[in-house]
Amino acid sequence: MQLVLERRAERSAIIAIASPLIAIALTLVTVAVLFEIMGKSPITALSVYFIEPLTDPFSLQEIAVKATPLVMIAIGLSLCYIANIWNIGAEGQFIVGAVCGSWLAVRTNGTGIGPWVLPVMLLLGALGGALYGLIPALCRVYFGASEILTSLMLVYVGNLGMDYLVRGPWRDPHGLNFPTTAEFDRVATVPTLFVGAGRLHAGSVIALVVVMLATVLLGRMIMGFEIRLVGAAPKAARFSGFSTDRLVLFTFAVSGALAGLAGIIEVAGPIGHLDPGLSSGYGFTAIIVAFLGRLNPIGILFAGLFVALTFIGGETAQITMKVSPDFTKVFQGILLFYVLACDSLIIYRVRLIQSVRKPAHAA
Amino acid sequence: MSAAGISKRYGTLLANDNIDLDLHPAEIHALLGENGAGKSTLVKAMYGLIQPSGGELRWMGQKIVLSGPSQARALGIGMVFQHFSLFENLTVAENVALGLPSTESFAAIVETLAETARIYGLPLHPHREVWQLSVGERQRIEIVRTLMQNPKLLILDEPTAVLTPQEAEQLFIVLDRLRDEGRAVLYISHKLEEVKRLCNTATILRAGKKVAACDPRHETAASLARMMVGAEIGEVKMASASAASAPRLVVHKLSLEPDDPHGTRLNDVSLAVTGGEIVGIAGVAGNGQDELFAALTGERLSPEPGAVMIDGAAVGTLGVTARRRLGAAFVPEERLGHGAAPRMKLSENALLTGHAASGMVKYGFIDHAATLAAVDRTTKAFDVRKAKRDPEAASLSGGNLQKFVVGREILREPGILVVSQPTWGVDAGAAATIRQALIDLAGRGAAVLVISQDLDEIEEIADRVAVMFRGNLSAPLRAAEATREALGLLMGGAAADAPQGRRETQHAVGA
Repeated sequence: MQLVLERRAERSAIIAIASPLIAIALTLVTVAVLFEIMGKSPITALSVYFIEPLTDPFSLQEIAVKATPLVMIAIGLSLCYIANIWNIGAEGQFIVGAVCGSWLAVRTNGTGIGPWVLPVMLLLGALGGALYGLIPALCRVYFGASEILTSLMLVYVGNLGMDYLVRGPWRDPHGLNFPTTAEFDRVATVPTLFVGAGRLHAGSVIALVVVMLATVLLGRMIMGFEIRLVGAAPKAARFSGFSTDRLVLFTFAVSGALAGLAGIIEVAGPIGHLDPGLSSGYGFTAIIVAFLGRLNPIGILFAGLFVALTFIGGETAQITMKVSPDFTKVFQGILLFYVLACDSLIIYRVRLIQSVRKPAHAA
Repeated sequence: MSAAGISKRYGTLLANDNIDLDLHPAEIHALLGENGAGKSTLVKAMYGLIQPSGGELRWMGQKIVLSGPSQARALGIGMVFQHFSLFENLTVAENVALGLPSTESFAAIVETLAETARIYGLPLHPHREVWQLSVGERQRIEIVRTLMQNPKLLILDEPTAVLTPQEAEQLFIVLDRLRDEGRAVLYISHKLEEVKRLCNTATILRAGKKVAACDPRHETAASLARMMVGAEIGEVKMASASAASAPRLVVHKLSLEPDDPHGTRLNDVSLAVTGGEIVGIAGVAGNGQDELFAALTGERLSPEPGAVMIDGAAVGTLGVTARRRLGAAFVPEERLGHGAAPRMKLSENALLTGHAASGMVKYGFIDHAATLAAVDRTTKAFDVRKAKRDPEAASLSGGNLQKFVVGREILREPGILVVSQPTWGVDAGAAATIRQALIDLAGRGAAVLVISQDLDEIEEIADRVAVMFRGNLSAPLRAAEATREALGLLMGGAAADAPQGRRETQHAVGA
């Protein structure tokens, strides 16, 4: 007996939906085994991870708060990845967006200036992320540099730049020498949705709007078709009159803007000031979210919520079960591995073939 | 090898229905049938690529179940596909080595490769990278690769579809030789004259069923075609000679450096196609036809705006979309991947060229109903056979996809149509439909330029013929003057061998 992968005549629509679910199931099994090896009860651990956060309204809000940047960044990344353009530097664009938006908040801090500050901050955040994203895009278009490497390396540049600002020029004079800016003014803060009850903020609404816009773009607009065509058949896209270079600039600008917007929303929302702990690797985790969501906006929404759940569950497990916080990263890594593996099932089918006796006179 | 009662079902479609086939040593057996008749399915089953749903295969009298191509190869079955499976970025020798069991050293493989190529008269340079090679050369790799495994049965899927008459003649010599060596050959082709010249027996499939077995030497091409199609094939009718109008497509002193170092430089190419005529461009593959096509579509821009003119407008520096808006339409040689996106639906492939000027896009939004309507219109006008209303392009057979790709452009009623290899790997019935559509389009006043390596095709439809050789385009000949001898000389570079031609010799792609 022998297992072979046989190419399907058409992509299987059922498997396309089932594949992320199969991946999640396989991840849960693997994680359960890991818990067992670590000497913890898999049942308790999985329920702490996946059930408890869903039973508590505060945790539910926290999940949405975590999912907001993940979904926004992943939507932008999915546009790149569909077109076979590899923006790995969303983390850097996230940070630079946060820094650009914070500039205004820091400058106007304590001046009691009008409510226009927040919208302008969001705009600056998106703009900063977009411009930062355009650096690797321009390097690819004009110098042929691999956007994978340049975008990744720019993450560290952005990170260290922010670090310098919060330790140097932007440091809160009353902050007891901690590397952080002063708390943003009320007008420079993203409002929460339920006053006095949890941290769910208006940014989550923006994320939902982004999901809807992306659905329309990819499904109904010629620009979305261009993105899909360049990814699926570059030569046909050229024949169609679409330019890959133009698309590299467009997708990097859009994904950079979304990452930057997510960055400033995160700073002006749940955190309230700029400090080096601003990101827990959202820009990288969003890559997992993009693929887990099958590069589909609605899928990404659910994937973002699911991955956020692993963050919140991980925090609970850390407190109640003394599980290392790194375990959440292991978890997400295993998940990405299974997602990519299960994707082959969409194009190929697995077949079991009986082995054959060799004819006696075969050469 | 023999196949007994082979059936294969894809969903509701019965691609092979109880087919028997016996292949004997020292015999070239033809497998004939229209596109979608089930030929590819049958040979895929015989090569272990798919498992038949019913029936059995026997190899030298013993029942076998093939788990895959590697087992088929181990038994002594070799196959040369219509679509090549070569890695573009690897050299000829590396591609060959990949297909072989890894017991031999690379140097030994290179040596065997050169030896095999020499014995069978198939010139190949082992260290050239595949992306630089023409279609004809790529096919040689596939054939040599298969021969190196010393097969007892060789299956060839439409091998001459991409060859010049001379190249095809060389291939026939190779095949005759293989037969004389006692090997069995299964030969799939649409070119009936070829089958008559080459094959001892023939099996004819229609709609998944075996309809006849015969000796093609005792049949006429017409009687074979009748068995394949099940009806008479309409002769391609020339439109009444339309009065020559103003030139609609003009190429003026176009020179263009190739964009890859091994491409062909276009030298001072000039050409005018008037409305109502079909101009053919003949030539051996790799003499600049691809570069010319890219320059005409706008996939590559010319340095001068006036180098390419569409209906009087200088478009040399404008892109594909702008040229389409001026009424030009294009059909590339490669259906899958260039003319159509394989894993996209037909409606999306209609949008692929239709987004420019067919009212399929309004304010940036796609009119899905309009794209589907275009698919339905093309399906109806060109008899595109498919399993459902809007399948992925890759699920169509080659001929049906070609009808779709050509029909998609013709139904836009372009003023200018540039088409490369319009009937590459297409069966007789579909080829006749496509050629007739080209003639009718010219009859309605369009300028049609056909780039083709198939001289039969050019003879059949072109009013004037020019020949490409090493990036130079000959002056066009009237159809009456364009005898095979005259064209053959031009294709070999006789007239173009001016001093300039010589200088290019080093640079040009070896044919």
